[in-house]
Amino acid sequence: MNRTSNRWAAASGAIVLALTLAACGGGDAGSDTGSGDSESGAVSGSVAVDGSSTVYPMSVAAQELLNEENPDIQVTVGEAGTGGGFEVFCTGDTDISDASRPIEEDEMAVCEENGVEYTELQVATDALTVAVNADLDVDCLTTDQLIDLVGPKATATNWNEIDPSFPDQEISFFFPGTDSGTYDYMAADVVGDESEVLRDDVESSEDDNVLVQGVSGTEGAVGFFGYTYYEENQDTLKALQIDDGNGCVAPSAETAQAGEYTPLARPLFIYVSNSSYADNAAVAAYVDFYIENLSDIAEIGQYIPLSDELYSETQSTLESIGS
Amino acid sequence: MSIAATTARQVTLATGKSKDKTPVSLAFLIALWFSMFFGVLVLLALIVNTAIDGSTRFDSELLTNYASIVRPESSGFRAGILGSLWLMVFTALLAVPLGISAALYLEEFADPTTRWNRFVEVNLQNLAAVPAIVYGLLAVAIMALLGFQNAGIVLGGALALALLILPVIIITTREAVRAVPREIRQGSLALGATVWQTTWRQTLPSAIPGIATGTILGLSRAIGEAAPLVVVGLAGSVLFDPEGVMSRITALPMQIYSLTSNSREELQQAASAAIIVLLVMVLGLNALAIFIRNKFQRSW
Repeated sequence: MNRTSNRWAAASGAIVLALTLAACGGGDAGSDTGSGDSESGAVSGSVAVDGSSTVYPMSVAAQELLNEENPDIQVTVGEAGTGGGFEVFCTGDTDISDASRPIEEDEMAVCEENGVEYTELQVATDALTVAVNADLDVDCLTTDQLIDLVGPKATATNWNEIDPSFPDQEISFFFPGTDSGTYDYMAADVVGDESEVLRDDVESSEDDNVLVQGVSGTEGAVGFFGYTYYEENQDTLKALQIDDGNGCVAPSAETAQAGEYTPLARPLFIYVSNSSYADNAAVAAYVDFYIENLSDIAEIGQYIPLSDELYSETQSTLESIGS
Repeated sequence: MSIAATTARQVTLATGKSKDKTPVSLAFLIALWFSMFFGVLVLLALIVNTAIDGSTRFDSELLTNYASIVRPESSGFRAGILGSLWLMVFTALLAVPLGISAALYLEEFADPTTRWNRFVEVNLQNLAAVPAIVYGLLAVAIMALLGFQNAGIVLGGALALALLILPVIIITTREAVRAVPREIRQGSLALGATVWQTTWRQTLPSAIPGIATGTILGLSRAIGEAAPLVVVGLAGSVLFDPEGVMSRITALPMQIYSLTSNSREELQQAASAAIIVLLVMVLGLNALAIFIRNKFQRSW
């Protein structure tokens, strides 16, 4: 009987020991404020990033590339969505919030209430391109026509149903897979139907090459891609211009960044908490690294890198955080 | 084996004739077989399909590398696997002592006729049926009460999972304790032991195999959960190992969830391979449960 109770005592002792050890281990890892010297290699600490799943690949790329240089900076990146990101950002739980749209008024109010001051940095431009078979005699679509063409309630199967002046040609659709950010952007933001889906009588593939081959090889075919992917394949495709009320605009990095190529282009942002940037060396190191390597990071995320002008604007905004 | 099946077998043995062969009963039998194989076949097809998808990625990098978007072809799940293991340990530390104590109280000490205890019992049954995501919300609330700004740490995740499996542990422990014959308790009490001594030295040790089995099955359920962890706010991308209960982590099911919907094919393949890893972890835990049950099972 004594042996039994000894064994139990030992077991509970082990549990207590484990808890104590764990608690001790937690002590130094839990400290949220970073410490560091002027030398960037010595910076350590933790950075919490959350927000848009569109910007997520970029923030993850920044995290990964930074850790290759300095593994002591512990960055965590979440993808709660732009709104979900601001929710935790404005209560001070995260240091940086990824956003695929500017912050909204009610979100600003929450930030203000909690005394979170922030700086908005544009990091890239996200753009879609609607492309058709090179032989098709259609050059420009209005936004409404585009929605009639690809939206969930779309029924058109012939180009002349979209507009009588278009040729009598059957339409074939080649859409990216429903998992892709490209599809989400088209469905949720461009078409903007509550269901957040597009018409489903289409050829669908996660592989953009399949889409390009489909569109370039099928008469009357239409498809859409991320702009950077179109750029690489522009000899085999014909991009449609989009008329959002101000005349037909052709997709290009310039029109996308100038805000003319709407609604198929949007800026992507990161919002940096000023106090985190000032007080936490790890946050400062992460953001500095992010902006420094912005064009590489945008490329990994498959977005349009900032023009020189926009980039220097982002840089000067970053420099002004400290002051 | 169910009573019906046992009886049927006995009847068959006694008369030496097989079961009746009317078309209706045959059709019924076929329908039963179909039902059984349907579930098994779908599961098998799913596992084989996933394994084929992930077949290119069954290498050591899958276990030792962190997830990578820069080099998706050598992406791994180190952070998720370690995170899940840490979660398991702390989930067990939180849930097992609480669950066993609660079950022992209800089974050995509480008076089942009082209104309060009946209320507790009904609620325990209900708790086992609460959707997993609700436990995530509960954990966030508790963490906020404890003064933690961010619940996306080992402690927050373990709390959510511990709450999730607590009812399972309590229910299985009660059953294991109930299965210990009354005579053992009565013998102990007759020899002058107190109720406390009887419970601690006779009932509980006899019930250990059943308790261990229930606990491990509970843990194997917890390891596959992503929903409560998403609510708790575990990050999707973590590139460092957990260092303590306050360390920010991710978990394997969360990484799988995030990567299966990634548009890069290499990452989808890696996710498929990780599903198999998770499956192996769960099956390993279940195998351990079966082993413990068979090894230590006692018959009175």
